[in-house]
Amino acid sequence: MEIDPFIFRLSIFILSIFIGYYVVWSVTPSLHTPLMSVTNAISSVIIVGAIIAALAGSSNNIFDTSSIFGYLAIILAAVNIFGGFLVTQRMLQMYKKKKNNKK
Amino acid sequence: MISANLSAIFYLISGILFILALRGLSSPDTSRQGNYFGIIGMVIAIVVTFLSIGNFSTSIIYVFLLLIVGGAVGSFIAFRIPMTAMPELVAGFHSLVGLAAVFVAIAAFLNPSAFNLGSIGDIKLASLIEMSIGAAVGAITFSGSIIAFLKLRGIMSGAPITFVGQHYLNLILGITIFILIFYLCKFQSESFFWTVIAISFLVGVLLIIPIGGADMPVVISMLNSYSGWAAAGIGFTLENTALIITGALVGSSGAILSYIMCKAMNRSFISVILGGFGADNSSSDTKDKKDQKPVKSGNAEDAAFLMKNASSVIIVPGYGMAVAQAQHALREMVDKLKKNDIKVTYAIHPVAGRMPGHMNVLLAEANVPYDEVFELEDINNDFANSDVAFVIGANDVTNPVAKTDPKSPIFGMPVLDVEKCKSVLFVKRSLSPGYAGIDNELFYRDNTLMLFADAKKMTEDIVKNLD
Repeated sequence: MEIDPFIFRLSIFILSIFIGYYVVWSVTPSLHTPLMSVTNAISSVIIVGAIIAALAGSSNNIFDTSSIFGYLAIILAAVNIFGGFLVTQRMLQMYKKKKNNKK
Repeated sequence: MISANLSAIFYLISGILFILALRGLSSPDTSRQGNYFGIIGMVIAIVVTFLSIGNFSTSIIYVFLLLIVGGAVGSFIAFRIPMTAMPELVAGFHSLVGLAAVFVAIAAFLNPSAFNLGSIGDIKLASLIEMSIGAAVGAITFSGSIIAFLKLRGIMSGAPITFVGQHYLNLILGITIFILIFYLCKFQSESFFWTVIAISFLVGVLLIIPIGGADMPVVISMLNSYSGWAAAGIGFTLENTALIITGALVGSSGAILSYIMCKAMNRSFISVILGGFGADNSSSDTKDKKDQKPVKSGNAEDAAFLMKNASSVIIVPGYGMAVAQAQHALREMVDKLKKNDIKVTYAIHPVAGRMPGHMNVLLAEANVPYDEVFELEDINNDFANSDVAFVIGANDVTNPVAKTDPKSPIFGMPVLDVEKCKSVLFVKRSLSPGYAGIDNELFYRDNTLMLFADAKKMTEDIVKNLD
């Protein structure tokens, strides 16, 4: 009997939780705020689903209900992607060591 | 158009890049590089999605247009937002992820064939379960984050809102969601799907309103975690590895942060969720005590004198510093002290502020080098050997009662041993108790000098007196 592909996805999911667990514990506490903003940015990879939904409408009806939800999700996710990565970048630029800091 | 297998490999690569993005945050030196990995991962995922669709209708114009519009709005916010508003911003962003998850789930439900999930009225069982879980968690994340945002922004009072039977109501609503999902799978009826989403929105609101202002670090971390699980749910629906990996990463990241925050308050996750902390009890008896005990108070001149004659000073910042925007004035003060060869370090409690790492970002913004900033366990022993502790905007995290009085609501919470310093300068607007509603014993100690003023103004005055 063949293994259901769902099981493979579940395996990836479970293993990723473990990776997440170890990687996040190694994040230094002073960077916990950037951690939140960057996780926020990467979870917006949900835009992938939004793009598929938006482009799924046939050529003569590109504004069916399903596509409209796709378009809306694209805007939300795009705000998050750009906002999340840029604000993280802005924060990380501020973390400086002592020696670079003397004027 | 590229094959499904090839795009799956690219999605895997972007998932790995996201792991590296988080890995980079283990030190400030590697963090910037990590952020670039994250951006590259995102670009790969988006480009591959376009390539895998292939046959473009005119709708692609709108997709690009909306990407640019959303991107412009996001960039604008990212550049304009003041660092003190980071907690609100993160809460706001969480709500967007949640809502996007809901929308994608709806789109998949209305047009399942576009995602290879079957046809309307005959969606694959597993997909249906996955998308309803994704939609439900997404909806809870959305409305919960909106409430968190309103509380953090001060539009809504930070005080817990509780009513009789609240927890039972939440429980019943939670069970209802599961029953509805079951019937949805059985009958594939659209109305069940909409009801699940509607109830989930309600649950999100009910879940966050009983939680008080200073428990916000836990709430934000928790919502961070939820947004991850919602993304993972959608990832299963779309059979997309990048989303599954990301969802798992974000979900566990938020869960760990919630755990760290709870531990730092010595409270169980459950008790935070049940909420209502600091709303009642102890406030009445603190009022009586206040009149009895003498308090030494001083002015900027006294504070400047004390610090000038010290050889080491530890700064303890808290939420009050963020509110008063005192971080830049504080940095100025520290510069002056350093010129007099006084050793200055910063001590940060894990729950200082309104989100994990809040104080660190503010100090970094004020150009404080990160190697002068220490976490609780790294610096706590140093208080005994230091001359002055300068407490600015922190309160409960310095309260010695947590170590001495088993009856106190914060007993057992790890606190900064500020009282072991030779003298303590405590900047505060009034003697009012902190968020936990308990009096800070520190105010009445012989070695404590209270500086009653706005944090920023007091710091500026001290700077003037240091010359």
